[in-house]
Amino acid sequence: MPIWMLLAQPGTSDVTARTSLWDLVPRPGVRYTHALRAPRSFPACQNCDFSHPIPMATIQPISEEHPDVALVERVRAGDLSAYDTLVRKYERQLFRIAQHITQNREDAEDVMQDAFLKAYEKLDQFQGNSKFYTWLVRIAVNESLMRLRKRRTGKLVSMDEDVQTEEGSVPRDFADWAPNPEQNYNQSELAEILKKTIQGLPPGFRTVFVLRDVDQLSTEETAEALGLSVPAVKSRLLRARLQLRERLSRYFKHKTPATSQAVAAPQGNGAEA
Amino acid sequence: MTCTEFLAILDDVIDESIAVETRAEIEVHLRKCGHCEVVLDTTRKTIEIFRCHEIYELPTEVSERLHTAIMTKCKKAR
Repeated sequence: MPIWMLLAQPGTSDVTARTSLWDLVPRPGVRYTHALRAPRSFPACQNCDFSHPIPMATIQPISEEHPDVALVERVRAGDLSAYDTLVRKYERQLFRIAQHITQNREDAEDVMQDAFLKAYEKLDQFQGNSKFYTWLVRIAVNESLMRLRKRRTGKLVSMDEDVQTEEGSVPRDFADWAPNPEQNYNQSELAEILKKTIQGLPPGFRTVFVLRDVDQLSTEETAEALGLSVPAVKSRLLRARLQLRERLSRYFKHKTPATSQAVAAPQGNGAEA
Repeated sequence: MTCTEFLAILDDVIDESIAVETRAEIEVHLRKCGHCEVVLDTTRKTIEIFRCHEIYELPTEVSERLHTAIMTKCKKAR
């Protein structure tokens, strides 16, 4: 809202409610309080129960600050209910990530509990340079890898392992899919297909795909959460997407041979279109 | 643009992080190459299907049990 509109709000005849232009200019080091009550005709403030002209200085940070920042601050100040909110917010996503990495339901449940407890105990180490969720995912990924290591009797498991596979790096199946192909299967059949398909991927590919495409983290956040470089995330994501596409094609492509033959012949590597 | 060049930027095409000047080149390539068009379309559908279907459900009663356990441990850790 432009400043002139805030100043021209109706019902501001009361002298205590008048706002000078300078009151709306952010001043460094000034903590804005709501000592003066303004008439109810002013817009409601999101920080308090009062209705008053909102100084520009308080508007900017609200739009930029992630809501988790305030919750984390409350937890640090001893408010356990704020942590309860964070757990409820992210428990399903954390469980999903743990299940994708460990491929074991019991392990995923344990990882989820351990990760939330560890995050709570180490909250002082959270710098706030990244999102709380990214930091939490990193803890859960490490816990999941530790579980895998235990199951594999101490064999080192890392997200940074370069997976030696050429599968899916070049598309081979060019048949188009049926429209809404998932509707040809019932819910449990579809879940089985998707499970089987994604379980066939190496853990490093699987986790990158889940974080980037299902959880919709950015490439940088995914890299940070997994302790990988951005190019490594990009390379794994492309191969994960192509491998999954190739595998799902077996179930979802048009069954009629005429349709797939209608697609033009492939242009070889390097051929100009 | 070749199929190899298109494949190298497939992720950027899907994520819509392509420079404006490259977009025209991509459109021309896709109009001529049915295979790349299918790969792009079915890769997009792959992502959409995985995004829309939760394959590891966490039933409410399990979620509640785990939630209670987490909060109990956190209380003890205070």
